[in-house]
Amino acid sequence: MILLRLAIKSLRSRALATTLTIFSIGLSVTLMVGVDRLRGAAQEGFSGTISRTDLIVGARGGGLPLLLSSVFHIGNASNNISWESYQHFAHHPAVAWTIPISMGDSHHGYRVIATDDNFYKHYIYRRDHSLHFAEGHAPEGLFEVALGADVATRLGYQLGQQVVLAHGIEERSVLNHANTPFTIVGILDQTATPVDRALYITLLGEEAMHYGWSDGTPPAIGETVPQLDPSRLKVDQITAFLLGAKSRVSTLYLQREINTDKAEPLTAIIPAYTLQELWSLLDYADTALSLVSAAVLVVGLLAMLIALYATLNERRREIAILRAVGLHVRQIFILFLFESTLVAAAGTLLGIAAVYVLLFALRGTIENHFGLPVALVGLSKRVELYAAATIVSAAVLGSIPAARAYRNSLVDGLNAQ
Amino acid sequence: MQEVAAIHLEHVRFGYRADRPILSIDHLRIPAGRRVFLHGPSGSGKTTLLSLISGVLVPQRGSIHVLGQDLMRLSASSRDTLRGSQIGYIFQGFNLIPYLTVAENIALPCELHRTRRARITSSTLSEEVVRLALRLDIHAHLGETVTRLSTGQQQRVAIARAIIGSPALVIADEPTSSLDTDRRDAFLDLLNEVTMEGNTRNPSPTTLLFVSHDRSLASHFDETLSLPQIAQTVPQAEREA
Repeated sequence: MILLRLAIKSLRSRALATTLTIFSIGLSVTLMVGVDRLRGAAQEGFSGTISRTDLIVGARGGGLPLLLSSVFHIGNASNNISWESYQHFAHHPAVAWTIPISMGDSHHGYRVIATDDNFYKHYIYRRDHSLHFAEGHAPEGLFEVALGADVATRLGYQLGQQVVLAHGIEERSVLNHANTPFTIVGILDQTATPVDRALYITLLGEEAMHYGWSDGTPPAIGETVPQLDPSRLKVDQITAFLLGAKSRVSTLYLQREINTDKAEPLTAIIPAYTLQELWSLLDYADTALSLVSAAVLVVGLLAMLIALYATLNERRREIAILRAVGLHVRQIFILFLFESTLVAAAGTLLGIAAVYVLLFALRGTIENHFGLPVALVGLSKRVELYAAATIVSAAVLGSIPAARAYRNSLVDGLNAQ
Repeated sequence: MQEVAAIHLEHVRFGYRADRPILSIDHLRIPAGRRVFLHGPSGSGKTTLLSLISGVLVPQRGSIHVLGQDLMRLSASSRDTLRGSQIGYIFQGFNLIPYLTVAENIALPCELHRTRRARITSSTLSEEVVRLALRLDIHAHLGETVTRLSTGQQQRVAIARAIIGSPALVIADEPTSSLDTDRRDAFLDLLNEVTMEGNTRNPSPTTLLFVSHDRSLASHFDETLSLPQIAQTVPQAEREA
């Protein structure tokens, strides 16, 4: 105990060098753990975004772009699918429910999703959580809109307010649907998924917004805009749909049936498998980042070694005094080990704490700017391993100045000048 | 009957390399309870001798008995324990641990060695530190770090650290070399006083071995030894050649 107290007091007496060394190790650990936590948080966030959905169906194309665009609002779908195809599979005997999704508009960079009541009824996230309205209700009328929690909070919207949606999904769209404003009728509860960062309208509402348009192009200047006739509105196509099968076994049969559909080229993906594909893709980047982080950690530990080694000469007197009052040579060794271990432990704790503070503070920014859902997850085995490896490495490196101090004490004896 | 020896060296040869001895002593015997002054010029091997007596350095040949223990038969760890529990040490320049407070510096030997702690006369270590601090008139500074003390106050802290737990042997290595005459005499009187006080508390009398290059200090002690007369020393320049 006295050795630990001596180590702490000795480190405190060299406060600046100790603090800089702790920061150096802390930064390295922050980088290493940050990469791991960001990956873990993104995995948890992605995996938790969609649950109990057996298949996602879209136009023929890659599975990953379909998953990213339809569920995470990242990128665009390659094409649309016909309403007939959707209806065909929605009424398939093996299908329990479907959620149609149509995208193409936005509001201040947030996606506008046209869907139907099934979305509010069947969409499940984080294993067993369903959607609930914090205020109001699901949109029913043509020009009614419900907001995700983040959209309402960040744009400061309240029920009853009117919003103008923009054509296209760019953050600064030049084409606003100014003549068809939508009234906010509902605000969803926070889900910590991309659901929070979108606006929801009805499928017919989307059609109404584009009434008189031709192939995604608004009427030309001077061209007469036809009067909206709700009875003539009908949905022609959607972007994708989520599907829940009646039984797990039928999922694979359904997937094959959809993928080989003769009427329209479609792609059906199983979300969990496609997410695995995403993790394998990210593995390369993760490995590269982990290697860089490990290299930074080595530099941090070497900085600690240099800091401890550099003070050895000026500490010869201190060691001689301690020897004179009866400190055993092995206790001198332990004293130095304590110092290096304490510095590494403090740096590691600082680094891990910094990661969580940064993740908490930058979560919104990461989600908004990169569209990455970030869940706040606990310490993983890998982080525990990093922490243990850092502290053990520091102890091993600390044995170098410890051995030198030991040798010095044998040569110096009580000659403490 | 011959008095019990606190320190007894026979045919000791020491060198950092076995083939290059730098200090040889055929015979040195210091009886227990004496205040002995050992003088020798700078570079004569005084500190090396003290390191041998303290068991920090080990000779290539000969025997060293300290407080009845044959150092050559003790393990390094046992020598460290003997030093910590039975020997108080005062350095040239006092050499206090700069990051510890006055109280922590004084208590350090007892914190490290239970046997030394067991010999304190007060009921707790803190009380013993206060008792010594009051005796040496440094009680007002117990919570301060030693770097804020004057030289005179540092001397007193060094004495307190050396005598706490009533060690059987107190070794002082040139502690007065940086002091003027008045301060030096005051320091020596105080050291003699508190060492003798320790004798009344300790069943085995405390031996004081005071080392200096200044012969004029001899009158303060019971006995004077001259290192050049009892030892053959290789001069510093030859050691480095």
